[in-house]
Amino acid sequence: MLYYTFGILNIRGDKIETEQNNKEVFITQPRDFRMDSPLPLDCGRELKEVNIRYETAGTLNADRSNAVLVTHALSGDAHVCGRHTPEDKKPGWWDEMIGPDRPVDTNKYFVICSNVIGGCSGSTGPQSIDPDTGKPYNMSFPVITVADMVRAQKRLVEHLGITKLLAVLGGSMGGMQVLQWAVDYPEAMECFIPIATASCFTPQNIAFDWVAREAIKADPNWNNGNYTPDASPDHGLAAARMLAHITYLSEESMGRKFGRALQNKSELDFAFNYDFAVESYLQYQGQRFVERFDANSYFYITRATDYFDVTAKTDGDLVKAFSQVKAAALVVAFSSDWLFPPEQSRKIVDALLQNGSEVSFCEIKSGYGHDAFLLEVDTLGRMIKDFLHYHQEGYCHE
Amino acid sequence: MNKRQFLDPQRRHDLDIIADAVNPGDRVLDLGCGDGIFLRELKEKRKARVLGVEIDQDSIVRCIGNGVPVIQRDLNGDLGFFPDKSFDLAVLSHTLQETSRPDLLLRSIVRIGKRAAVSVINFGHWRCRTQVMFRGRMPRSTQMPFQWYDTPNIHFCTLRDFRELCARLNIKIVEERPIPGRFPRLTKLFPNAFATVCVFILEG
Repeated sequence: MLYYTFGILNIRGDKIETEQNNKEVFITQPRDFRMDSPLPLDCGRELKEVNIRYETAGTLNADRSNAVLVTHALSGDAHVCGRHTPEDKKPGWWDEMIGPDRPVDTNKYFVICSNVIGGCSGSTGPQSIDPDTGKPYNMSFPVITVADMVRAQKRLVEHLGITKLLAVLGGSMGGMQVLQWAVDYPEAMECFIPIATASCFTPQNIAFDWVAREAIKADPNWNNGNYTPDASPDHGLAAARMLAHITYLSEESMGRKFGRALQNKSELDFAFNYDFAVESYLQYQGQRFVERFDANSYFYITRATDYFDVTAKTDGDLVKAFSQVKAAALVVAFSSDWLFPPEQSRKIVDALLQNGSEVSFCEIKSGYGHDAFLLEVDTLGRMIKDFLHYHQEGYCHE
Repeated sequence: MNKRQFLDPQRRHDLDIIADAVNPGDRVLDLGCGDGIFLRELKEKRKARVLGVEIDQDSIVRCIGNGVPVIQRDLNGDLGFFPDKSFDLAVLSHTLQETSRPDLLLRSIVRIGKRAAVSVINFGHWRCRTQVMFRGRMPRSTQMPFQWYDTPNIHFCTLRDFRELCARLNIKIVEERPIPGRFPRLTKLFPNAFATVCVFILEG
């Protein structure tokens, strides 16, 4: 009954909203950048005919000093803000942070976001056709790294005519790309904002990825990656996603959101279908994920994060790894994030300070766990907005 | 400008004195920097390169709003990540009395800064003394408005106590600038009884 009532309200609300929004819907369009030369990779191989799916919002100013590159997390894509059509129900994944009059204001900044290589949302990945064989790569796609993703992004940024970005920002795996940018292309940005991330993947992170991939492997449909769209390893991928999803929440947020509430029932079933709201929620998250994500991509992107370590070339020395960093940093962590605990961010801050870099650090109090980087928009947004504002002023004065 | 500023007890005269110790282009670290207004002034007027340390999230958000770089840290924790002499001046203004181990913090700041500026609230001020002596109560004043049980100020000292601690830690007091309450002349003669606050410039 309660749901029904809400349903009517919703329909009415939606109607009014759509009419109002139609005038103001912020439209973004996906675009493709096809590289004219192969992309060298850390594994020693190179990737031919690379395509990068990207979106931009806002306008690049005359001196090209207002470009902000946003890097996405594991399951993200290039669609960072706005809607592709006025009818789209859901906006881009960081729409609350980016757009007109949002903290990263597209009236002021030119925002770029691209799908990572190895992904499955338009950029070259395991689903793409291998030009050498004429067939999809599947698991013959080369193992890529975060540095490879960043190298591809650098080409895109150059293609857009930008030599120095105002900022690179992103959370989680996006934060890893941000750090890799600062280390690999220290001259290419005025400031950088790594959020809810770490300078390397911890054994705990690697372990979760391993179990997730094992779940996919155990799905008979996976077939060493040679599956067809109508028989894809959905069960395995959904299980992988459910596992990962738990790591994005916190005990507190799960307790608050679900408690021990039962799902559409008043008594336990004494069976193994889902009884609890939290089980039903995970099931739903898993199913939604397989609709938009490719299992082989999950292998490649998680592997890239496993391999991530900005100190790879400096024998584990983080201070040395950051020795060339020129840009100012705003490092943000969240108190209840146990996947990338604040301590990991503090290490980044300490190493930057020891190099005399300009750095700011805030550990935002939040109960949302790792997901907080998408949910704590008020505090995070205010800091990002102010930080960008001051650094754009600095950039213009140079 | 407020004409009564010299007599204004709310004005932070210690910050004016500390600002005078900053040379153009200096690197300045402010431990317990609050909303960063002081550092913003140093940045704008003295072209200092500044960094704040603060524990309170709202203050940090305001610091960034003031264009001041700031890191969230507990001053009672380890500050070993700051390299030796990495700042020209390390500032502790009205902060020392809130820390759990002022002695360890003093040692840290003279290591981190080539010089340190510490403003100390003087518990030996005659008003404090008379409150204890004649009223038999813990002192309260505009500098120290809290009740004894809910105060963040857990380590008060007199100027004499502070000098003694510096001597024990082998910290050199380069300059001492007592800030008078109502009696500037008496303050010069007897700072420990008449200064409300005193700025010490230290070298490790």
